[in-house]
Amino acid sequence: MKLSGSEIIIECLKKEGVEYIFGYPGGAVLHIYDALFGDKKIKHVLTRHEQGATHAADGYARACGKPGVVLVTSGPGITNCVTGLATAHMDSVPMIIISGQVSREYVGSDAFQEADATGITRPVTKHNFLVDSRESIAEVFKKAFIIATTGRPGPVLIDIPKDLTDPKTKINFEYPKKVNLRSYKAPISESKVKIEEAAKLLASAKKPMIYSGGGVILGNANKELTSLVKKLGYPITNTLMGLGGYPATDKQFLGMLGMHGTYEANMAMHDCDILLAVGARFDDRVTGDTTKFCPSAKIIHIDVDPSSISKIIEVDLSLVGETTNILRSLNKAVTPHLKKINKAALKRWWLQIDKWRTKKCLSYKKSSKIIKPQSAIETLYEITKGNAYVTSDVGQHQMWAAQYYKFDKPNRWINSGGLGTMGFGLPAAMGVQLAYPKAEVVCVTGEASILMCIQELATCLQYRLPIKIINLNNRYMGMVRQWQEFFYEGRYAMSYMEAIPDFAQLSSSFGHIGIKIEKPSELKSKLQEAMNLKDRLVFVDIITDQEENVYPMIKSGQAHNEMHLSPTGKDTELA
Amino acid sequence: MNEKRHIISLLVENEFGSLSRIAGLFSARGYNIHCLNVAPTNDESISRMTLVTFCNDQKIKQLAKQLDKLVDVVNVKDLTEETHIEREMLLLKLKCNKSQRDEIKRLVDIFRARIIDVTDTTYTVELTGATEKILAFIESMGKIKIIEMVRSGTLGISRGIDSLENIK
Ligand SMILES: Cc1ncc(C[n+]2csc(CCOP(=O)(O)OP(=O)(O)O)c2C)c(N)n1
Ligand SMILES: [Mg+2]
Repeated sequence: MKLSGSEIIIECLKKEGVEYIFGYPGGAVLHIYDALFGDKKIKHVLTRHEQGATHAADGYARACGKPGVVLVTSGPGITNCVTGLATAHMDSVPMIIISGQVSREYVGSDAFQEADATGITRPVTKHNFLVDSRESIAEVFKKAFIIATTGRPGPVLIDIPKDLTDPKTKINFEYPKKVNLRSYKAPISESKVKIEEAAKLLASAKKPMIYSGGGVILGNANKELTSLVKKLGYPITNTLMGLGGYPATDKQFLGMLGMHGTYEANMAMHDCDILLAVGARFDDRVTGDTTKFCPSAKIIHIDVDPSSISKIIEVDLSLVGETTNILRSLNKAVTPHLKKINKAALKRWWLQIDKWRTKKCLSYKKSSKIIKPQSAIETLYEITKGNAYVTSDVGQHQMWAAQYYKFDKPNRWINSGGLGTMGFGLPAAMGVQLAYPKAEVVCVTGEASILMCIQELATCLQYRLPIKIINLNNRYMGMVRQWQEFFYEGRYAMSYMEAIPDFAQLSSSFGHIGIKIEKPSELKSKLQEAMNLKDRLVFVDIITDQEENVYPMIKSGQAHNEMHLSPTGKDTELA
Repeated sequence: MNEKRHIISLLVENEFGSLSRIAGLFSARGYNIHCLNVAPTNDESISRMTLVTFCNDQKIKQLAKQLDKLVDVVNVKDLTEETHIEREMLLLKLKCNKSQRDEIKRLVDIFRARIIDVTDTTYTVELTGATEKILAFIESMGKIKIIEMVRSGTLGISRGIDSLENIK
């Protein structure tokens, strides 16, 4: 088959089973767009900003596990993608970004719309390629898909000079079945001896704790994790990225841990004697002060990335490999040791945990005058029966969504945990909705965050994406204001949102429906009304209590047992 | 914090961008590069890099893992962990008047260096050896004026049959 460079690119994507491309055209990719014109198999989604395209592809990938594909032009096209790439890179999301480059003869000459795409994106991609010949396009694509989707996944960029996509020059095309990637290390499989050692250690615990992260979601290891945890009868907590990896409504689940984690999860982390970490990377928002992290615990760490082991916290036993495989082996290995578990000690541990639970750390003052943001999320949870896909932006609303929406299934909670990118929520929701057209997709956002990618409302109209935007409108960059209240004596420098648009009108001008909710008494009915509009995007602008803070909170540099549960200060004494 | 000198040997794909990927990793993760040498090997698809950095034990382990994770890196080894040989080459252009010539020749003899270029007013000297020897030689120049100094950076190889390629 003789094909042009552009046709080769499209064939490669088809061979990889790509159904959507998220993109934005421009000079350097016009040949590719021309080849794509009228194609029946691959659907192109035109976003309204390249950042939106990257987040949409990212949301798609997080929801369905397939790599998200982005197509953008050179220069400003690719520089607009940098935030999206960094976001995906931090959270290990598989993505392929195809960027046009100026023709080879102009590379390095400061040509019109030339930017050093591979140079700029090197630190925010898992790998990147500058294609230097037509003959190598297919091989580069094959390599890119392998690298993006295996081991610890991540975004891979392919930069293609325009002349290579010229429709006039055609060459033989064959998609390689195999490529040589000698320097790319496949995850190793862990030795039986170490698995056995881990099983014994786990069974010897008197105060065990399991802490799982995004690696469980990315590695589709939720079933294996759940069966291990059930079998052991041990308590488990999830990181912000790991929510849904274990059913949140199960009684062994202690809630999220970390800076805004629950009292019981953080206290159990602090006091445990054996900690099993699965697909988690000991992020500083999780560990707090590392010198006071799990002071009396032996730590076992399962991860697909060898460089995650002992990066932040020195661990006692590491199991490196695909999370599912390791958990499966561990499940088997642990069975003969179950009878050795000290039942009395475990019972005492659960009694202690139940005591911590009586603190009811997520309770909050209800109000009949002003809508409490927490109650907005609780109501959303009730109405959607916990079945929605929830994306979020960054700030207080993100933490409340994580705390009050209980995720029983993986891939339902989609947020920028690592980079903390405001503007992520709406475009990510578009990707999720395209992956699951029938599903309820909700974007929980704040009045500051939503404006960062508001232009995507136009995309939502074009593709009829019936997303429900839940805007917790506190007229503040709430999270910034909270820090200023705590650490800067209430000097709210630049965290007040003046000149906030009328979001209901704004969304109707984009062709959508806008609803404003101001009274607690109408919260449920109006939210229900919005959710009932199944085939329309509805922007639900909820006016919330302006100065509500997110609790519990571990301030930076403090330990897990030094939480603040209320405005009155520290609350470390045991109940 | 107990910083030690480490000689890191790397085999990398001889591909566009490999060097900046590695250099970028050092700057992004806050590691220093004391010296760096890159050159082709007998396998034309692979380059060998030798890199000297100062860091503590915990950081060096993490660095090796991060380097290994780069797609272009075929193999990594910390040569200082085992018996190895290291060499560096120094080219030194010295300003010398008649009266200094004997002194320079004497030092060249002592250090087993070689004079590789001579003009009316200059000597250019070549010396190979481990870093300490290079430093000692430079030190011994005393009042002699150094016009230009070029060092290759450290090169290293393990002793015996071991080689970087066949670890895998
Ligand atoms: C792109 C970007 N810029 C700045 C920040 C820092 N930041 C974190 S939260 C926040 C405020 C978010 O305000 P809003 O969206 O209204 O959410 P709220 O905290 O009020 O719920 C800011 C500015 C960020 N996370 N991302
Ligand atoms: Mg706000």
